[in-house]
Amino acid sequence: MKRMIASVLFSWAVATGVAGANDQKELDAVGKARAVALAAELRCLVCQNQTIADSHAELAVDLRRQIHVQIAGGKSDAEIVDFMVTRYGDFVLYRPPFKATTAFLWLGPALFVLVGVIVLLRFLRTRRTRAQSDVPLTEAQRKMAAELLAGATPRESQ
Amino acid sequence: MTKFLLPLGGFIAIFAFLFIGLGLNPREVPSPFIGKAAPTFELGNLHRPDSRFGTQDMAGKVWLLNVWASWCVACRDEHPLLVDLAKQDTIPIVGLNYKDKQDQALAWLKQFGNPYRVAVMDADGRIGIDFGVYGVPETFLIDKKGIIRFKHIGPITKKAWEEKMLPLVRELQKS
Repeated sequence: MKRMIASVLFSWAVATGVAGANDQKELDAVGKARAVALAAELRCLVCQNQTIADSHAELAVDLRRQIHVQIAGGKSDAEIVDFMVTRYGDFVLYRPPFKATTAFLWLGPALFVLVGVIVLLRFLRTRRTRAQSDVPLTEAQRKMAAELLAGATPRESQ
Repeated sequence: MTKFLLPLGGFIAIFAFLFIGLGLNPREVPSPFIGKAAPTFELGNLHRPDSRFGTQDMAGKVWLLNVWASWCVACRDEHPLLVDLAKQDTIPIVGLNYKDKQDQALAWLKQFGNPYRVAVMDADGRIGIDFGVYGVPETFLIDKKGIIRFKHIGPITKKAWEEKMLPLVRELQKS
């Protein structure tokens, strides 16, 4: 319980804060579009399921300002993404890079589909072979069935 | 037999994954800094703003960088522990006063006690970003060579300190 309260307070602490100084230079249209595109690619670590473009958390505001400042400073998109990743890790990217630790993340869905298709194909094949082996009864079997239905004790037939 | 074992196995696998997932804390994002050199900073001293204090002043020491703020309620949770550590002189703690106002930070330390060897002001949170801080409190354990060895997210509990951090601190202090 104490832990829960602490985590609630912790998230609250994240959400409130003191706004920093506004030292933004005005960007041109291209720069603005780049800033928006970049912000939409980066995850806000406070809200986690929002991009820093969507989030109103203090940190998102700061990171948007950081993007702004860096674009104004002539940094490329790759450099800005790199800046974020060195500080916050791959988690900050909505599209994490493909590497050993994320292989299961990327390949997992394809793997599940593959397993599903294999199971389905096997199921269909066994069903088909079962249907083909549906040969008519022999005369002896037919007789036995008739006796069973009539309620008599069936004799073991060769 | 496999007819039953296969779905059962699948169920157990899914159950295990989900069960482990329940125990994970999504707030604890692994820091990319572990094992890497701590970002350097030089900031104004909270108590004497005209004097500067930086990472190079802690070179050759094992130390904690504790990110805190007077507006952070969770910081009060861990504060008694930090004060204890300072009293016992276990490890020097540097306070990074994150996005705070000087007078409020000073009043807060007066009220709850000051465990910091030095507290520095990161008023606009720029150094916080360099350390990948995304919530307060956060605490970094930095070794003699200036490498970050551990990061604790959220208030340090007694359990976390004794089980995870203290053994590492002792080990680093010996080397």
